[in-house]
Amino acid sequence: MLSPVILVPALLNGLMTGAIYALVALGLTLIYGVLHIINFAHGALLTAAMFAAFFAHKLFGLDPYVAAAGLTPLFFFIGYGLQRYVIGPAAHGEDRNILLVTLGLAVVIENTLLYAFRADTRTINLPYAFEVVEFGNAFLAKPRVIAFGTMVGVALVLWLLMRFTDTGKAIRAVAKEKLGAELSGIDVAHIYAVTFGIGTACLAIAACLLLPTYYVNPHAGNAFVLVAFTVVVLGGMGSVMGALLGGLFVGVVESLSGLYLGESLGQIGIFVMFILVLLLRPSGMFGERA
Amino acid sequence: MKGVSPILVVIALLALVPIVTTSPVVLNFLVTTLMIALVGQGWNLLGGYGGQYSFGHAAFFGTGAYATAILQLRYGVNAWLGFAAAIAAGALVGAIIGAMSFRAGLKGSYFALVTLAFAEVLRIVASVAPVTGAGVGLLIKLDLRPEAFQFQSRLPFYFIALALVAASLIVVRLIEDSRFGAYLVAVRENEEAAKALGVNVVVVKFTAMSVSAAITAAGGGFYAQYFLFVDSGIAYGPWISIEALLAPIIGGAGTVFGPLLGALVVKVLGEIAKLLTGDAPGLDLIIYGGVLILVVAFAPRGIAGLIVSVRGVFQKARDTAALERSRG
Repeated sequence: MLSPVILVPALLNGLMTGAIYALVALGLTLIYGVLHIINFAHGALLTAAMFAAFFAHKLFGLDPYVAAAGLTPLFFFIGYGLQRYVIGPAAHGEDRNILLVTLGLAVVIENTLLYAFRADTRTINLPYAFEVVEFGNAFLAKPRVIAFGTMVGVALVLWLLMRFTDTGKAIRAVAKEKLGAELSGIDVAHIYAVTFGIGTACLAIAACLLLPTYYVNPHAGNAFVLVAFTVVVLGGMGSVMGALLGGLFVGVVESLSGLYLGESLGQIGIFVMFILVLLLRPSGMFGERA
Repeated sequence: MKGVSPILVVIALLALVPIVTTSPVVLNFLVTTLMIALVGQGWNLLGGYGGQYSFGHAAFFGTGAYATAILQLRYGVNAWLGFAAAIAAGALVGAIIGAMSFRAGLKGSYFALVTLAFAEVLRIVASVAPVTGAGVGLLIKLDLRPEAFQFQSRLPFYFIALALVAASLIVVRLIEDSRFGAYLVAVRENEEAAKALGVNVVVVKFTAMSVSAAITAAGGGFYAQYFLFVDSGIAYGPWISIEALLAPIIGGAGTVFGPLLGALVVKVLGEIAKLLTGDAPGLDLIIYGGVLILVVAFAPRGIAGLIVSVRGVFQKARDTAALERSRG
């Protein structure tokens, strides 16, 4: 049962899946860390990005990895606009309202996709989708290795952005002390929207990484976001490091529990973990702010 | 009992509807609307009055629906008794989830998340467990006798739904007027202050959640008897969690009539959408989501709040006019 021949590939595959979770969770935790809200529209936005990548391939023959170059800025602006012109004004600065507005957005986006594209599940065929990379005694699907590498790259870029640019510093300032940041001349509404935009842009990247091996339908994003919620809670709301490590950890747990318990119960493992962490240690393992 | 009289008037008016029409289409529309009003009233007690926004009231709706069906099918319990037990089962699930989350101090986003997660866990369990019919679901056997909570026509269902809604309205009205209701609103407005004044915040929220869950479970049990079919997607699916909060938020959270008003508005909008586009999938929900955002943005206290403020504007205008007259 515990032979390394099975265990090691399962572990590595879990890490690869975990990379996508980490990327989705990264957007979620960033938004939480700065705006202190849970973006319930995250799943619907991921689905929208997956559809965008799908149609970029179908209509223009763009490889998802190429499409990412265009979709990432596009989704940054979508996220920016949503926060600046919809969520921000509609919520009147009340947390409870923000929950409802993002939930409303999720319902609207998801069902607009359902209305436009029906419930059909779509996939794209790429020549390299089934290529594997040999790694020790494990064979890993090439798209998943690319996903893992990209996630590391995105995390690095984000870290540099936060650390060394003025915008990054402003984001951190707003996360720490909103009023103080405002008094020092930072445009808080703009920074909120930028953060939301970055979080949404992460989804566009995740969508492009997913598409070579995953399907898309109007509910496709939800599965990832429920996992991402778990990751974010596990890693500590607002903690970037927590999101990355939490994502990888959950990927491994899912892969191993899937191996030993079967697919649908593997899903339950994640939720049970989620509830336990929420009840026992809501600040997560890395309970610090972005 | 003066606070209850408006409720009796509204219910009496609704009870007269079958005199005007007994068309199955209209009755079906009203029955589903009342069912959502009932489910929403459960949410309203905890969310509207207590300020604890649950995103997983499906956990209680589904428990009510499954308990009603399972007790009949697997244990041969009478449908009415099963329905009563389902309400108790809902209250129990609410008590368990409430005890765990409130003792852990979860509120705001965290509370919304944990309720969502509980509903999802129940959905997944129900989709694999044999007792719930797993992926196939449960079909309640056709047995068209009043003793079996089944009827030839929709009319008796309409009156039962109306009676359940009336009961929920009265319960919430009485709570609103009670000391407990005042505690609940205090917790919503400022939990720290309420605590400082000696309100046992955890117990208040826990009690509200149990009653809230019982009301919503009644809606689920009614669903099972009305449609005679339950599966994991219907019972524990996110759709009912959303409709449960949509009705009170749109109608006016924290008001007695909010959920009923909201359910009517939501269902009428849904029907209009269907008429305009011939039942395209998703369109009704697009409209619901849009209305939800608009209400939060422009009428934070829902339609009930809107009515109050419009009345206030007229009152003010009348006062000014009277004042000017008196000045001559």
